[in-house]
Amino acid sequence: MSAMPREIARLVDRMRAARARHAPLQIVGGGTKAFYGEAPRGEPLCLRDLAGITSYEPSELVVTVRAGTPLAELENALAAKGQCLPFEPPRFASGGTVGGMVAAGIAGPSRAAVGALRDYVLGLTLLDGRGELLRFGGQVMKNVAGYDISRLIAGSWGVLGIICEVSLKVLAAPADTATLEFEWGEQRALQELARWRAQPLPLRASAWCDGGLRIRLAGSRAAVLEARTRLGGTAVDRQAAFAFWQSVRDHRHEFFALAADELEQGTALWRLSVPPTAEPCSLSGRQFIEWGGAQRWWRTGAPAAELRAAGVGAGGHATLVRAADKSAGAFAPVGGELMRIHRALKDAFDPERILNPGRLYADL
Amino acid sequence: MNLPTYPKSRDPHGEDPHGEDPRHAEAVRLAVRSVEVAAALARVLPAGAILAGREQTQPYECDGLTAFRVLPMIVVLPENEAQLAAALRTCHRLGVPVVARGAGTGLSGGALPHRAGVTVSLAKFNKILKVDPLSCTAVVQCGVRNLAISEAAAPFGLYYAPDPSSQIACTIGGNVAENSGGVHCLKYGLTLHNVMRVRGLTAAGEPVEFGSEALDVPGLDLLAIVIGSEGMLAVTTEVTVKLVPRPELARCMLASFATVEDAGEAVANVIAKGIVPAGLELMDRRMTEVAENFVHAGYDLSAAAILLCESDGTPEEVEEEIAAMSRVLTASGATRIEVSRDEAQRLKFWSGRKNAFPASGGISPDYMCMDSTIPRRKLAQMLLAIEGMEVKYGLRCVNVFHAGDGNLHPLILFDASDPDQFRRCELFGAEILEESLRFGGTITGEHGVGVEKLNSMCVQFSPAERDRFLAVKRAFDAQELLNPGKVIPTLQRCAEYGKMHVHRGMMPFPELPRF
Repeated sequence: MSAMPREIARLVDRMRAARARHAPLQIVGGGTKAFYGEAPRGEPLCLRDLAGITSYEPSELVVTVRAGTPLAELENALAAKGQCLPFEPPRFASGGTVGGMVAAGIAGPSRAAVGALRDYVLGLTLLDGRGELLRFGGQVMKNVAGYDISRLIAGSWGVLGIICEVSLKVLAAPADTATLEFEWGEQRALQELARWRAQPLPLRASAWCDGGLRIRLAGSRAAVLEARTRLGGTAVDRQAAFAFWQSVRDHRHEFFALAADELEQGTALWRLSVPPTAEPCSLSGRQFIEWGGAQRWWRTGAPAAELRAAGVGAGGHATLVRAADKSAGAFAPVGGELMRIHRALKDAFDPERILNPGRLYADL
Repeated sequence: MNLPTYPKSRDPHGEDPHGEDPRHAEAVRLAVRSVEVAAALARVLPAGAILAGREQTQPYECDGLTAFRVLPMIVVLPENEAQLAAALRTCHRLGVPVVARGAGTGLSGGALPHRAGVTVSLAKFNKILKVDPLSCTAVVQCGVRNLAISEAAAPFGLYYAPDPSSQIACTIGGNVAENSGGVHCLKYGLTLHNVMRVRGLTAAGEPVEFGSEALDVPGLDLLAIVIGSEGMLAVTTEVTVKLVPRPELARCMLASFATVEDAGEAVANVIAKGIVPAGLELMDRRMTEVAENFVHAGYDLSAAAILLCESDGTPEEVEEEIAAMSRVLTASGATRIEVSRDEAQRLKFWSGRKNAFPASGGISPDYMCMDSTIPRRKLAQMLLAIEGMEVKYGLRCVNVFHAGDGNLHPLILFDASDPDQFRRCELFGAEILEESLRFGGTITGEHGVGVEKLNSMCVQFSPAERDRFLAVKRAFDAQELLNPGKVIPTLQRCAEYGKMHVHRGMMPFPELPRF
């Protein structure tokens, strides 16, 4: 076995010591998503020293990165070679890390067109709650050797193990983009989005708010040009469009900004993840729709039970993203047999409940 | 389908064939058990749904990997989820292993029966429940054939993208079990990327749903782990798949190269340019010859290797991409480039590639198909390594690669009536897999581990990693009744395999960093 990097060896020691003392650890990257999910608890275990791009082969479309690497550093390295992370992970603040990105598993505006973050995870090295370094997946596009544990880890909020290093599939940045705007109400916007979905269009993202629908086209110059002609609408200036999509991706758009006093007065930011064809929900508050109708954000003071019922009623679920009071649970509860499997998986990887306890659900 | 045959059937769960008495006692125990289990199943299933006895169970003794054959104790054919749940609950109560089976086209023995187990054929779960052109999804039962989904979606201009070469026969339930790919997965993804929701039953017969018709679910992404779990975590009954709009146009290019190195380099260069072709396949000279003789696709027989590159999309997009690919291929040393003029010629170009396996069956009594994946830039090195192995083992090998994603299908040609050729063929195959690991790849890209690659799992994963696989298995199926003995090798098996391969106390591949 080759020598273990010093930072990893230190991490293994730290993990084993915490386990011996039964002392919970909260895994910390850039701390930019501490607000998301249930509150972190336990001694902070900072991964920022475990940084750097281990290997990057543009012609393989694969990059291998240590968990503490700033996301911005990775995105810059990819951009220098004309490539990108197609799933557009949000940057809620500056300083977010690649490990945090994978652990949260959140994708941005292009999700419906390009797939989820986990679709781009090829493999990872995990230090699990039993203090063992494990490698799952690899650096190749197709790999069905053993269960796909690396993709289970994506979006697991650190409750199964500490991501040390991850290999990601990357893609070429689109050759051309264009943004079109339509003055449509919610019903009409959802109908048109459904119609377009079944057509071979280079539709990369959509955002509807306050009676206006914006869509982003991305692809070859020929495809974008043809779609612009076919779809009509009003073209949005390139720079303004870029800034708009960045603000949606990173939640800097004014819709997502909740001032302290608004939070105090009970307004919360909810995320409804529903089938794209779900009927419009009649909730009080203001709505922002993405992903062709599959992601519907609500700024509302309505009771949690009402939001949760709306999510389930539409065939999806509701997440309480920003709120002064998260006693209703940040994430929608998971049913009986599935929860039993969740607990059994926690027992398999972190039997003493050392890693990020309660970050996802109280008993994980 | 032309599938290889092998000299003798081998039962991985079998007793030592030389000891006559234990085998007889075992046979008696099995017969008694069979009667007991059949009686219990008869209480919950209709009479015609239970098959027992050699004449009835023999059709189920193997899947597409015919080298391994085991007669199942009992076969059941439930007609609906309630019957399936009842059968699973019965087996769970009695501690009987259960092997779920779709069309039986798998190539790694994933559906190989258990000699003391029940094989559940899901052939009757064959209804397409819904095709929804607005959400671009279809809801289908697990026994629906892959191609039947695309046929049902065709009136809406939609199709189901993953197209394993067995798509005419293989079922979506089997595709979920294996995370199947196909020649178009470079651009359109694997089963994992195209399945949104899987409904199924646990080993205990409890209904479960993984994933959703929304784009995500709360909690852990269990769907990601169920897809590709080779029927070991749950029995799939119903699947929601994503449908995609059929491209207006597709054109295929044939590019010839004077050396395999040039062809391998060209593949890397196409991808590096940011082009994601709809298909990017490589065939070496011998494979090209064999395929050309079989279907007369119009391949260049003077080339050391040929590439098939497909572009799809709107006519404008295709024109732009074909031009870009031509430039890259020419700059990479292509000696000849031909672009399909029309759909008939495009299909003709593909016919050789799609018939690679049967064509190989025509020049050799038997062949063994490997399935490892390596980084694309190692393609030429791998081909050279395989040439060396042909000399070492005295067997020929023809090569067809999903080059775009580095997935190799070397076909080792041998004569199964010669036991020594079969032995050499197995060693040849194992060496290809281990060479793939040395190149930073994996032992299986799309065919699965099944029983075929259990030994190689010992090499790819550490004992702790294999232990976590087992722990995941137990999280879903505490009694280890669903498809036991597949995918995860036992410690003992790895110890024995290690004795053959590990020298002087070294780990296999000490040069491979474990981090």
